[in-house]
Amino acid sequence: MRDALLTRRRLLVGASALGLAACDSTRPQAGFLGAMERFNLRAQRALFDPERLAPEEPLSALTPPEHFPAYFISPEVPRAPASWALKVGGLVARPSVLTVEDLRRLPRADLRVRHHCVEGWSAVAAWHGVRVRDVAEAVGADPRAGYVEFRSFDLGYASSWDRPSAMHAQTLLAYGMNGEPLPAAHGAPLRLYSAVKLGYKMVKYLTEVNFLPEPTGGYWEDQGYEWFAGV
Amino acid sequence: MAGSGLQILAAYPKLGPRGQPFAWYPFQDVTPPAWARLGGWLAGARHWHFAFAWLLVLNGAVYGFYLLLSGEWRRRVFLPRRDARNALQTLAFYLRLRHEPPAQGLYNGLQRLAYSGALLLGLLAVLSGLVLYKPVQLRGLTALFGGYDTARAVHLGVLSLFVLFTLGHVLLVALHPRALVEMVTGGEKPRA
Repeated sequence: MRDALLTRRRLLVGASALGLAACDSTRPQAGFLGAMERFNLRAQRALFDPERLAPEEPLSALTPPEHFPAYFISPEVPRAPASWALKVGGLVARPSVLTVEDLRRLPRADLRVRHHCVEGWSAVAAWHGVRVRDVAEAVGADPRAGYVEFRSFDLGYASSWDRPSAMHAQTLLAYGMNGEPLPAAHGAPLRLYSAVKLGYKMVKYLTEVNFLPEPTGGYWEDQGYEWFAGV
Repeated sequence: MAGSGLQILAAYPKLGPRGQPFAWYPFQDVTPPAWARLGGWLAGARHWHFAFAWLLVLNGAVYGFYLLLSGEWRRRVFLPRRDARNALQTLAFYLRLRHEPPAQGLYNGLQRLAYSGALLLGLLAVLSGLVLYKPVQLRGLTALFGGYDTARAVHLGVLSLFVLFTLGHVLLVALHPRALVEMVTGGEKPRA
């Protein structure tokens, strides 16, 4: 009995040592964790239904504005230059430079949905702006562009998205929050907002939107956070 | 799963949505101790958690099929009509309110209750975890749990109960070391 137990224990210890070598938390995209992450990416793509809408939250669920966190990576609230305009490029028929006024002329969409942060908190705000899919149509985005890259003037913060999530009806280039023009702390003059991604995918302080044939990582993604990050 | 889950909790150690923390939760802002955490940082812990979550689901599915197909569920699962009386009598015996243990087969009613409770906890852990993983894609399940933040509380509650379940068994082994063998092997089956 004792011998059998020891053998079994040795086996278990050996197996877990092997497992640990393949699980390096500082490089979660390598080894066993990386292999599982690639599996998880396929699972997330499969679970994503482009027609599924997040429920609209009631007014009573609105987070008091002072409690809605404002994140940016610059040491100070980033401020847009006076000459700010959004560049839309990549695989598009009509590369464009759009001001907020240009974007306001496109159909307006309103959302009041729950925000899910990778840290585990949730919050609710109302957002308005133009759907990314309407901008894609306006510039003639090529169907071969399976990815959309969003870049900012917040110290190079960026993120790349799968096209189906970017084209979702609840993915906006938002120029307003809670009925007001977008505050500087929340990404003025223009930010990405979506009901179907974790918060870190929603790039604030936008400068560029590029329709690309390949994914291009992002600020947190390059440090080890998952790339798809759908909710 | 527990260690990486606590590392994820450490990123926002509160329950309830922003600005409306759940008043009943006694550990708001309490970061789980470092020895209980796994994954080093939020992204590392999330990779651990999602990697092993798939293995947990696989394991649970294999086990569930075994339980059903082998007919073993009849012996292990708590069936109120059959087991409730025996469970109460066993509890009374353990509490010294009764001198003799009630007659039992391989498992008594209280064991079946605990065993079924653990299965239910496993199911709750996976379902509430699915809500946290895909609150929008699985919006029906999210609504069933009463929302994302409630599911997060349930997910942590399930962990607490699993910890109690484990501590209970460790205590039992400390008091009755021979029980360990039976816990691992499932006890000797009655001879036919």
